[in-house]
Amino acid sequence: MSHLRPALVLLALFTLLFGLAYPLAITGVAQVAFPSQANGSLIERDGHVIGSALIGQSFTRPEYFWPRPSAAGDGYNASASSGSNLGPTSRALVERVEGDVTRLRETGVEGPIPADLATASGSGLDPHISPAAARVQIARVAAARAMTAAELESLVAQSTEGPFLGFLGEAGVNVLHLNLALDQHRPVSR
Amino acid sequence: MTVIGWLQIALFVLAVVLLVRPLGGYMTRLFSGEKVFLTPVLRPIEKALYWAGGVKSDQEQSWRGYALAMLALHAAAFVLLYAILRLQHVLPLNPQGFGPVSDHLAFNTAVSFITNTNWQSYGGETTLSHFSQMVGLTVQNFLSAATGIVLAVAFIRAFARSRVDAIGNFWVDLTRANLYVLLPISILFALFLVWQGVPQTFAASAAATTLEGSDQTLALGPVASQVAIKMLGTNGGGFFNANAAHPFENPTALSNFIQMISIFAIGAALTNVLGRMVGDERQGWAILAAMGVLFIAGVGVAYSAEASANPALLAAGLDPGAGNMEGKEVRFGIVSSALFAVITTAASCGAVNAMHDSFMPLGGLVPLFNMQLGEVIVGGVGAGLYGIMLYVILAIFVAGLMVGRTPEYLGKKIEASDMKLTMLGILCVPFAILAFTALASAMPELRTAMDGGVAGPQDAGPHGFSEILYAYTSAGANNGSAFAGLTANSPFWNLTLGLTMLIGRFAMIVPMLAIAGSLAAKPKIPPSTGTFPTHGPLFVGLLVGVILIMGGLTFFPALTLGPIAEHFAMLRGDLY
Repeated sequence: MSHLRPALVLLALFTLLFGLAYPLAITGVAQVAFPSQANGSLIERDGHVIGSALIGQSFTRPEYFWPRPSAAGDGYNASASSGSNLGPTSRALVERVEGDVTRLRETGVEGPIPADLATASGSGLDPHISPAAARVQIARVAAARAMTAAELESLVAQSTEGPFLGFLGEAGVNVLHLNLALDQHRPVSR
Repeated sequence: MTVIGWLQIALFVLAVVLLVRPLGGYMTRLFSGEKVFLTPVLRPIEKALYWAGGVKSDQEQSWRGYALAMLALHAAAFVLLYAILRLQHVLPLNPQGFGPVSDHLAFNTAVSFITNTNWQSYGGETTLSHFSQMVGLTVQNFLSAATGIVLAVAFIRAFARSRVDAIGNFWVDLTRANLYVLLPISILFALFLVWQGVPQTFAASAAATTLEGSDQTLALGPVASQVAIKMLGTNGGGFFNANAAHPFENPTALSNFIQMISIFAIGAALTNVLGRMVGDERQGWAILAAMGVLFIAGVGVAYSAEASANPALLAAGLDPGAGNMEGKEVRFGIVSSALFAVITTAASCGAVNAMHDSFMPLGGLVPLFNMQLGEVIVGGVGAGLYGIMLYVILAIFVAGLMVGRTPEYLGKKIEASDMKLTMLGILCVPFAILAFTALASAMPELRTAMDGGVAGPQDAGPHGFSEILYAYTSAGANNGSAFAGLTANSPFWNLTLGLTMLIGRFAMIVPMLAIAGSLAAKPKIPPSTGTFPTHGPLFVGLLVGVILIMGGLTFFPALTLGPIAEHFAMLRGDLY
């Protein structure tokens, strides 16, 4: 029984220290030192929050670059992150990929499809597509916005992030950044 | 596979190796009761904790006392966490208004977090209040990690000491591991993560209207403080369902790289604590070398599997050069995802930055096999070291049999009773994993009776079996990662997985502490010409061989039915 007191008292005190004091202190410092990141790296346009720089969102219209397929909720549900978790011999996986490939082919994409553009990410919220996946969409977006391919290529390059220090991780095009830049550069009238 | 890919792997290994001596030296001084640079700041807090808890910090315990103290803490922690989860609807900091966690899920989750497993049958952002995540889970992330560290230290002391009963004071060791090791690193790490983009707020969520005009609710919370300790303490339980694949938990390639290092840092440094405490650092490096051999081999297999493409998806029109991107994030790509998967299962972390369930069959085999070896490749903080020490004792015993000498390690004779305890520690976990996998696979009617058939594996064919095998392996090895296609939030799975986690933790710890008690009481024999040297390549090779033979023989049949069968099915073009 001699262990009962230290077990209960230390558990209670560590709970106060690690369960309350530690997260509260980190929150306090973070909110002062890094207010934007601490609150989700939100992006505003005209005073309205339009998303987070770190979180992908759904795009289906031809005048926007499309993100990867998403298994988070019914697609890019940022309060229900998830991958598809389909295994490599899953028929459901192959049928889903075939569907996405068909959708891309219908917009005029030829040749091999960049793998990330027809596969779901681990989080379902991947903000990036590979530079190759952006490239195959340039013709469609250019037609929808009456822009030249060269203009779009430079916008894609501006929205490309990484790899860190040139070799850590992979280069990715932030789809929301890119589409925001598109809207700024050549608004679509509806 | 690319040169740049291997360069990233090499840089990771280098970073971990460079941290071994500084961190090892720091922990050695700390657990030997010497002054460290934080002593002036933390000593008053430490003393206050001892005073309040009635801890006699100058009195050490025998192995039984140490074990009882550890069990008392875990029993209290289980009750507290279970109560918090069941009562979260009436507790504060519940901005989303989540209801109470069900009894079987609360049992599973409480067991999961006190055992350093962090298996999650639930999605964090859809189930738990901020109070549950912070006060319930974050605390256990610290305590279970500190417990692992101090058990390893106690085991090391048994080799370092001679003819004594005492192996340390559990409460003192626990307090020091928490205050001097885990807390300061977590504070720096959490702030680094916020800088990289990990949220840290008490707001529940932010509402956004997307460019195409639909609504998006961005789940937020005190994420960074929890992510820091879940990595450092090899806990692995994510704030969000997608864990470290979620951009809010792991936003950049840099955050990913540092998270990978943080998983291995303490576990690798503990090999150096072993070396220093027994007075021969080469002993620690030899253990780390054996871990390194197994690690690099695993990385090679996983990386090459993931860098190749799924033939069925190639036929659908995908670019063959990009590798298997299903379940992976673009910012990490193939190499950082494969590397992370090997690290997280070599250690008992279980955080994932890519969905292991969607790995290629052989890519998914590596995480499974890492866990089945008992997570001795660096391993969970502390748990990896005392895990591999059981294999070391076995290897020494095998070597002793070959030359006909009483086996000895670090000056301690290994005798029959020690061997029996070692085998008990090594065999209990595989038994639990395989028995429950067999039960769940062979008796689906039992599952249906308990669950109404709502839970279970998502995939059919060999992959469905892999999902079941992975779940029990992860639970038994106290890892916590998943082939997440398995729906596990139901009475059958929560109960059986919870039991597997308890066996995986305590059926290993208690025999291990008993061995420590036996070794501490033995005299230290000076090495003679007949002593088998345990710091050279011969010993490293022997140790690797023993680990592979044990793991291989135990699990090879099950692996054949799962990932290996699926590999050949995939090559044949079979779909399920």
